Amino acid sequence: MNFKKAGLDSCPLTLGSTDQSEGSILRSRWFPFFNFAHAQFIFKMAAVQGGMVDAKDELDIKSEPPSDGFGNSNANDGRLLSSSPGAGTGGTATGNNKPAPGPPEEQQTLLAVLQFLKKSKLAESAEILRREAGLPEDALDPKGTDASGSGPGLAAGSGQVDGVDASSLLSRVTVSSSAAAQAPKKAAAGEDQPDVSVVLSAYSQQGDPSLYDAYYSGLKRFIESVLDCHRAELSQLFYPLFVHMYLELVYNNNESVAKAFFEKFSGDQECYYEQDLRILSSLTKKEHMKGNETLLDFRTSKFVLRISRDSYQLLKRHLQERQNNQIWNIIQEHLYIDIFDGMPRSKSQIDAMSGSLAGEARREANKAKVFYGLLKEPEIELPLDDEDEEAENEEGKPKKKKPKKDSMGSKSKKQDPNAPLQTRIPLPELKDSDKLDKIMYMKESTKRIRLGSDNLPSICFYTFLNAYQGLTAVDVTDDSSLIAGGFADSTVRVWSVTPKKLRKVKSAADLNLIDKESDDVLERIMDEKTASELKILYGHSGPVYGISFSPDRNYLLSSSEDGTIRLWSLQTFTCLVGYKGHNYPVWDTQFSPYGYYFVSGGHDRVARLWATDHYQPLRIFAGHLADITCTRFHPNSNYVATGSSDRTIRLWDVLNGNCVRIFTGHKGPIHALAFSPNGKFLASGATDGRVLLWDIGHGLMVGELKGHTDTIYSLRFSRDGEILASGSMDNTVRLWDAMKAFDDLETDDFTAATGHIHLQDNSQELLLGTYMTKSTPVLHLHFTRRNLLLAAGAYNP
Amino acid sequence: MAADREERRFAEVSRDSVKLMAESAGLELGDEVAALLAEDVCYRLREAAQSSAQFMRHAKRKKLTVDDFNKALRWSNVEAICGYGAQDAMLFRSVKEGELFFVEDRDINLIELALATNIPKGCAETMVRANVAYLDGKGNVGPQGTVPAAVQSLSDDLLKYYQQITRAILGEDPHLMKVALQDLQSNSKIAALLPYFVYVISGVKSVSHDLEQLNRLLHMVKSLVQNPYLYLGSYVRSLVSSVMYCILEPLAASINPLNDHWTLRDYAALLLSHIFWTHGDLVSGLYRQILLSLQKVLSDPVRPLCSHYGAVVGLHALGWKAVERVLFPHLPAYWANLQAVLDDYSVSNAQVKADGHKVYGAILVAVERLLKMKALSLPQPAEGCSSSQPGCLAGPMGYRVSSPGLSPPPEPLAEAGLGIASHLQAGGAGCQWEEWSPVPLPAMYSELYSFFGDSLAVRFSTEQSFGGFSPCTPSHFRETRKEPLGHVSNPDTTRKMPQLTANLNISPRQDGSPRTDPPPPSLAATGSVRSLARSSMQRSRASSSRSGQRSIGLSRDVFPKARFTSPHSGPPTFSFVIGGRQMGRRCQGRRPFQTIFVPTPPPPVVLPRVYTHKLPVIGRVCKPLRRWTRSHYSLHLPL
Repeated sequence: MNFKKAGLDSCPLTLGSTDQSEGSILRSRWFPFFNFAHAQFIFKMAAVQGGMVDAKDELDIKSEPPSDGFGNSNANDGRLLSSSPGAGTGGTATGNNKPAPGPPEEQQTLLAVLQFLKKSKLAESAEILRREAGLPEDALDPKGTDASGSGPGLAAGSGQVDGVDASSLLSRVTVSSSAAAQAPKKAAAGEDQPDVSVVLSAYSQQGDPSLYDAYYSGLKRFIESVLDCHRAELSQLFYPLFVHMYLELVYNNNESVAKAFFEKFSGDQECYYEQDLRILSSLTKKEHMKGNETLLDFRTSKFVLRISRDSYQLLKRHLQERQNNQIWNIIQEHLYIDIFDGMPRSKSQIDAMSGSLAGEARREANKAKVFYGLLKEPEIELPLDDEDEEAENEEGKPKKKKPKKDSMGSKSKKQDPNAPLQTRIPLPELKDSDKLDKIMYMKESTKRIRLGSDNLPSICFYTFLNAYQGLTAVDVTDDSSLIAGGFADSTVRVWSVTPKKLRKVKSAADLNLIDKESDDVLERIMDEKTASELKILYGHSGPVYGISFSPDRNYLLSSSEDGTIRLWSLQTFTCLVGYKGHNYPVWDTQFSPYGYYFVSGGHDRVARLWATDHYQPLRIFAGHLADITCTRFHPNSNYVATGSSDRTIRLWDVLNGNCVRIFTGHKGPIHALAFSPNGKFLASGATDGRVLLWDIGHGLMVGELKGHTDTIYSLRFSRDGEILASGSMDNTVRLWDAMKAFDDLETDDFTAATGHIHLQDNSQELLLGTYMTKSTPVLHLHFTRRNLLLAAGAYNP
Repeated sequence: MAADREERRFAEVSRDSVKLMAESAGLELGDEVAALLAEDVCYRLREAAQSSAQFMRHAKRKKLTVDDFNKALRWSNVEAICGYGAQDAMLFRSVKEGELFFVEDRDINLIELALATNIPKGCAETMVRANVAYLDGKGNVGPQGTVPAAVQSLSDDLLKYYQQITRAILGEDPHLMKVALQDLQSNSKIAALLPYFVYVISGVKSVSHDLEQLNRLLHMVKSLVQNPYLYLGSYVRSLVSSVMYCILEPLAASINPLNDHWTLRDYAALLLSHIFWTHGDLVSGLYRQILLSLQKVLSDPVRPLCSHYGAVVGLHALGWKAVERVLFPHLPAYWANLQAVLDDYSVSNAQVKADGHKVYGAILVAVERLLKMKALSLPQPAEGCSSSQPGCLAGPMGYRVSSPGLSPPPEPLAEAGLGIASHLQAGGAGCQWEEWSPVPLPAMYSELYSFFGDSLAVRFSTEQSFGGFSPCTPSHFRETRKEPLGHVSNPDTTRKMPQLTANLNISPRQDGSPRTDPPPPSLAATGSVRSLARSSMQRSRASSSRSGQRSIGLSRDVFPKARFTSPHSGPPTFSFVIGGRQMGRRCQGRRPFQTIFVPTPPPPVVLPRVYTHKLPVIGRVCKPLRRWTRSHYSLHLPL
């Protein structure tokens, strides 16, 4: 047992030697990130010059690291811009090397930057940028931008993303596509600069406002008259068309016409768009459009529709016959129609997949290969006897000799073909204490109860009483020994749920006095006087929305409304680091299952990957169109899933920052995510009260569990993945037969290729039990290592 | 503002409000400007409300707070509004004259506040409490009633529950009552409230004028009794006395002949037997007490006929043994009184006579049942011994569950009988185990016949006794299959088993009391010496002789006698033919009935034995919730 581990060592140097050696070059390699920040800054400056400074932007600017890169060379700028579109193609298209037309909003971004550079007389930078981005000489003509010109040069930097050496993870920052698009979005919020508001100007070209009604009803009549099989598909057009036409009317100051249009047709829209429509209905002035984020989402992202070729031809012919240019223009400019060959989809198939802010995911978006398999379990080399002795020392209770090692070894020998390389991303080396914990884990798991539909888990409920401050987040350690609550009064409280009390480490002066050679040094460093069941951690200045224990139980992360994430030591019960970067409320954070890394996501619509010993994020995952509400690490730590208020779930590759999956289908903000223990499936729960199940490998929705009547805030698979537990605001815990849900799948090639799913409504069969609490919303669920289900929530009398 | 999310139509800030605001700030606004501003304010408000909803969602609340709104304002770079953070609802007032609405903002006397002596206690510390809510995915296992009910103070919600439930049950809304009763029957958390409910029920005496209320209270009793999570303990006595009150007392409501207090009595009697069979073991000597009080009423000629009726129905509900022990010996004496009433044809007596007919009918039903059960029990010992001896379990269980002389409920109770929840009755086995005694049935029959003549519906024919219970057994199986999960092993049974088997050997004359707490000897010693003596002497000799003592020890000779009687009643034994629709129209009293003797071929004898073997295995032995099985309705079948 090394003393250092337990000591006041604030930065866990868990990466071992590789990390150390990399240390020297680390700084230099960090430039790309700072450059990104730089670019953002430049961009913001443009906004500032424009006159009106949005408060948000101001905050953004302040937060950027002042240390590096402001006066950097042009080469750096070029590098940023080359990496950005590269990641962009990765995020939205199949492969990194496949040249795909960049989305126009990216171009617009580039143009905006370019224009700013020109204005600032940075001719050289502008030239480089222009060259790198492959923009034409006269690119600065704003009218030319919204044409869907495919920038062939955009793929220039894409190759760079590949072939990333594992060890270079720490030193490279890749920003995926919309990170760049992100900037204008925020920036556009408060400014009137004509060159950036070119985005808005897309609405300026229009026909006679009085004819909009006729256009829309004409299309409606047409769609209603086509064959049933096409009607469902073409009906998808209604919503985006409706919104865009309405916005055009509003943009051109036709308030009364817009209102009438809304009145007349809002009732036709699918009920799951109701929330967006409500926002839309309150918006009747051109001035309001500028600050409205929902609208910006509509403009900046193309609404994706998936339509069969037949239906599309039908539509095209109709529009051409009627010379209905207005609608045709909108379709061209604001919609992305993903045409597939084959049978048109049915209404239920479409409904299952739609509902997100920006339509369905493009099919290419889910084509990338995902290594969803689990990593090989590390073998524990320590001689058995030693372990036992140490275990005895640490735990203070004798243990039997166990022949576990063989079974464990054999289990982990085979490499899962779907698993990523062990070294795909660098993971911290196991410490001695981790090994002990693994052994404990193995022991416990032999006593694990095998759950199934006929053998349901017992549920133990941890009720937070007198939580007047408002309980906002709960987490339980993997070994179920500690429970922590994040509260709206900015505190984090940690309880011990075992008889073992929580103790602090002695002060430095006292530590000097103890005998460092003694066997029970770990015991001796603890200060008995501080033993208590509860420790309160003060530090945040806003409600704590997300907390997460590190797997080794030495640290606790908390994310708060104050825009920071804090790392707390559970040895000293003090704050070690405050990670700043989000600048907006951070809704969720989670440690990687291997420790060291953690992910966070918040109101700024980006998720960030951090390492505990870096005060800046290693990756920024940008692409969501609204707040990121929840974040989860894949069991193999190579991927991160984020759920968002834009009603999509995205899966990000930790290695290169690419978005590898986009799952649409939820009809409300997503508040809970859970990976199945085998890493193959993902479960998600949202405010719509439904749990959706996703096959990560195929990128398909594979199940829908209906039953809850309110927002689902927690999801958890049992340790062996047989049972899925969901906890909700409706004061119930429900258990679902996950085994059956996943066994019944037939993922034939066709389904996988087309992404058309046939979900049978078997929620009732899969529902194994509904368990009521006493007016206690279920905020957290946790299966102990023996498969006892723990639930937690605050009693709301 | 919070409502904005819910409604399509948004709250609007009017132009005038904007103008007023401007004026208060010393500005003069034109109409156009005000209109524009108002619209903009509305929009901004909505925007803020929408983004504050996000903070609410992440705080995992359903209620939007001022805090949420302030956060939204802060993030849109607007100054927060201070001073509205309190939890209490804010008073929104209007001034009529000025058509002005405002939030009341009272001055607070700081000095008073600072010098106040009643310093509020700090709120309790936040803590985490763990409780196992569901064990193996089943039920709430939290041990209920571990704290003595008297000590346990009622929590607020319990109190509220109590108020709601009592209000619902005693209130007007029948649907609400049903829901409340249903919950009372299944709620696992109300142990602490039991004394309160018992107290409410004991209020029967104060509402004796109101049949409806009495009925509701009885329903409440039923729900409490059926709640599997409640341990009634000594409250059983209190409940029983309340129910007895309804059975026996000349209720104020019965003064009016239009009031159907008969049904109430029937229902109460049924309930009594139900309480008794399921919870009789909680209070020692309860059976004896009940019998004594019933007997007392029956033997008191001063009591009104409706009380007598109650006594008869009560005895009947308690089982045929009770009838045999109390009613039958008492019948000759009582008969004279009743005869007098029935034979008085004067107009003034009409009402009393009608009541007399009621009593007559009840007695008739009871004795018919007695005869039937007796006849059934006769052939049993021979068969029962062989079947129940190998499987000892069959004995006690049959005994406990199906019990000695379960009597059929009088017909009006049929609908109430449905309410009494299902139970698994090991019908056949029970009957077999019971070898009451070789009472000379013919003697009893002839005596009863002398009273009732042809009204006695029971006839003896050649059919074997299974006619009675075999049809019921399949239904048992159906039930068993329906609720296999319901089987909870009751330690009680196993504990009692040896005792009961001992009874089988030593004292086969074990009388009809179910779940007797006092072992047979003590029962005989303490209690019904009289009735025992009666029954034994009936057994010993023919109808009329009513004297003679018999010691308990003699019971050993039961077996030989039993064996003697069974060949006697042999293959062409008794069967019963129901005489008519007498049950439904008891008031019509002595109506001529047809007398039919139907010799039917005996059904295969194996049948009951099969069930005998199976039933113990399937039977559920927890607190049995009884349902009158179809066998007992056999008497009701009109021909």
